[in-house]
Amino acid sequence: MMNLTLKVWRQKNAADKGRFVTYKAADVNEHMSFLEMLDVVNEDLIARSEDPIAFDSDCREGICGTCGFVINGIAHGPNRATTVCQLHMRFFKDGDEITMEPWRATAFPVLKDLMVSRSAFDRIIQAGGFISESVGGAPDGNAVPVSKEIADRAMDAATCIGCGACVAACPNGSAMLFTAAKLGHLNLLPQGQPERYKRVRNMTAQQDAEGFGHCTNHGECEAVCPKEIGITFIAMLNKDFRKSAFHG
Amino acid sequence: MTTITESPETITEPARKPSFRISAEPLASHVPEGPIEQKWQTHKFEMKLVNPANRRRYNVIVIGSGLAGGTAAASLGELGYNVKCFCYQDSPRRAHSIAAQGGINAAKNYRNDGDSVYRLFYDTVKGGDFRSREANVYRLAEVSSNIIDQCVAQGVPFAREYGGLLDTRSFGGAQVSRTFYARGQTGQQLEIGAYQALSRQIAAGTVSMYSRHEMLELVVVEGRARGVVVRDMVTGEIESHVADAVIVCSGGYGNVFYLSTNARGCNATAIWRAHKKGAAFANPSYTQIHPTCIPRSGDYQSKLTLMSESLRNDGRVWVPIRPGDDRRPGQIPEDERDYYLERKYPSFGNLAPRDIASRAAKQVCDAGLGVGPGGLGVYLDFADSIHRLGEDLIRERYGNLFEMYERITGDDPYKTPMRIYPAVHYTMGGLWVDYNLMSTVEGLFVGGEANFSDHGANRLGASALMQGLADGYFVLPATVPNFLADHRHDGMNTERPEFKQAEADVRQRIDALLSINGSRSVDWFHRELGNLMWNLCGMARTEASLSEALVKIPKLRDEFWRDVRVLGENETINQSLERAGRVADFLELGELICLDALHRTESCGGHFREESQTEDGEALRDDESFAYVAAWQYDGKDRPPVLRQEQLEFEYVHLATRSYK
Repeated sequence: MMNLTLKVWRQKNAADKGRFVTYKAADVNEHMSFLEMLDVVNEDLIARSEDPIAFDSDCREGICGTCGFVINGIAHGPNRATTVCQLHMRFFKDGDEITMEPWRATAFPVLKDLMVSRSAFDRIIQAGGFISESVGGAPDGNAVPVSKEIADRAMDAATCIGCGACVAACPNGSAMLFTAAKLGHLNLLPQGQPERYKRVRNMTAQQDAEGFGHCTNHGECEAVCPKEIGITFIAMLNKDFRKSAFHG
Repeated sequence: MTTITESPETITEPARKPSFRISAEPLASHVPEGPIEQKWQTHKFEMKLVNPANRRRYNVIVIGSGLAGGTAAASLGELGYNVKCFCYQDSPRRAHSIAAQGGINAAKNYRNDGDSVYRLFYDTVKGGDFRSREANVYRLAEVSSNIIDQCVAQGVPFAREYGGLLDTRSFGGAQVSRTFYARGQTGQQLEIGAYQALSRQIAAGTVSMYSRHEMLELVVVEGRARGVVVRDMVTGEIESHVADAVIVCSGGYGNVFYLSTNARGCNATAIWRAHKKGAAFANPSYTQIHPTCIPRSGDYQSKLTLMSESLRNDGRVWVPIRPGDDRRPGQIPEDERDYYLERKYPSFGNLAPRDIASRAAKQVCDAGLGVGPGGLGVYLDFADSIHRLGEDLIRERYGNLFEMYERITGDDPYKTPMRIYPAVHYTMGGLWVDYNLMSTVEGLFVGGEANFSDHGANRLGASALMQGLADGYFVLPATVPNFLADHRHDGMNTERPEFKQAEADVRQRIDALLSINGSRSVDWFHRELGNLMWNLCGMARTEASLSEALVKIPKLRDEFWRDVRVLGENETINQSLERAGRVADFLELGELICLDALHRTESCGGHFREESQTEDGEALRDDESFAYVAAWQYDGKDRPPVLRQEQLEFEYVHLATRSYK
């Protein structure tokens, strides 16, 4: 059991300025997940008729990408390759002070407390993060062989859960790792070739329009990515982007 | 179609409390005539079409953006209909379909191992313990191959062999290798495929997407579903949306048990609201309890995490023979351990089917032999396999699962046995639908886990993804237009009194929840309900336990409406308010689940009545009395529900006892 001091970003809505509020979390069990610890804090707040802390979460097994905020300056907290919902309290110790704040990025407006809007990601995908194939015309699944190496590499990129930690960690608020992961997934596969260069142009244009910053190779995104997606995919994006100038 | 006409044959059940009425009005399944292999093809030809130029005049609402909802919305958008899609998540990519690990079945026979559409059909009917509709299951098997083709074409990175062709693996309940997979995240990759198809239609303007919107009411006009009332979860705005057809693909209701492997937000509100507007709810008591989940560690537990069933290939399940033995597992000698699955089921051993393994774990824990906090856990021990095969091979097979286990529990399964316990995982029951996936409310269609249709009383592994995509890619895009073709666009709008009434009902319920200002939180009530459901209507059910639940649940519901504390207001993000509405609905659904379980005195699949078992403790079906779908019709507040029965005919797969010995 441990006692913690929590400094939590409280912000009523997008228009509110927001501020840090300090709470005590008593008798925290080391087996709790971080979000379960917050659930208990919220139950206490409700008992005292105070507004509970709003945060997003859903699957709580690290795959849906809904949860995420900054813990002590690190997106998703101190554990590598771990979303907030899978971070457990045994990694903290009695007396710790823990600061929590939402993803900070121009393109991710804060909605309330630790919740932000990540709709900008959806619009990047809508700009071309798909293969234009309607139901009905698909050839047999084995008609187009894909080498195992390519399929595995595409899968590495496709593991992105769209949580937004990469943007939060980037000093420029860039979405390049997110966009590069989707491009890496689709542009590696034979099915994705016909739209390859149009896709890279449209998706990068959309991320600029959303107000995400540019990539200057800090690599912070890779360090916090819960799925350990590498910045080599950003290199691939850049290469495809340059090549796209030669493809009408 | 929604009104129940009392016929002379109506019988009242006097003995049981609370009572229910049986309606003699049959449920028309609209299964096409002809041999089973030709039903879908014939039906597809006979169904009406809508001229491409007219399609954009039709409005279709889709609730949910998972595998069924996301693909139905995308496919209808591709066809040219005007679609609105709603989801409670912040993005349509996050529906709970993402959590499926294992894979998706398809009768491709790429392995030359004797697979066929007929075999997949046969396995699914048998696996469902003969409580599903043959024609629907056959169609599911029939379109399974198209699903794989479609997903490959849209870029789902399925596992490949070195030759570049698709890899498959074996799964429970089948002797062929027909499960396609993408690492341990098949659901996630299929959901992203659906999301990308949906995103393409959003960009094309055929689909309007409403994220962070929750459906709170179905609007029925003259017996036909004509729209929904939703709440914008950011602004609190209550909005009406009109449509020519409504498709609900809102997932399962496992969270009625509070702790389940479902996501926190999964809820029954959409289907329960539809039920109260006339949609019959079929087989609510059919719930699947998965044997290998990480046990709860304390009262604060918010959800349970599944560990893949494949672990039982190399892990041995045991408990100490002496109750209260609190030595560390490594210190308990071999002769003081009970490998109870190997003892009870020598031929299947640790690979006994899900329902058997779950019940056996409960029995040893009930006997006080369980391990870990609260005595609710059994060991899954890899020591023998590590000794026999070496740690490297075990790491290669299960490394990611072991890591996940260690991340959650802090224990290293290479050194100490895992602790596992069964958990609620999937609900086979759902809104009743006919062959066209239309409910008993005209114009209301239901797809995916939200409907009851294909899995009978027990779902086989890797079949949930298949069903969601079959409904969304292939069935609904054919049957919904057939309905629309008969229903010309008629200028329906939200000024109709039915819309105004539905909006007023939603506001009234929200105001009621916010004004109680009682002493207990929403989560407290949810946990209480979950405890009742789990203890009285969980892995083993009896007349006594279910009768007790039917007394306690209404009491808890009354207490909820008297004493719940929901702070804040409607016009903002208010997560307590969101949960309160869902828990209020679970408190009603829970009662119906128990009533259904009480009325079905047989055991079948996931529904185990202790009174109905063989000498060996196996589930004992009663085909003579219960070979029917129990579809419950809401009949008004304070009136007992009405039971409508759809008799199941087994023309192709003959009724037989499932044996695991």
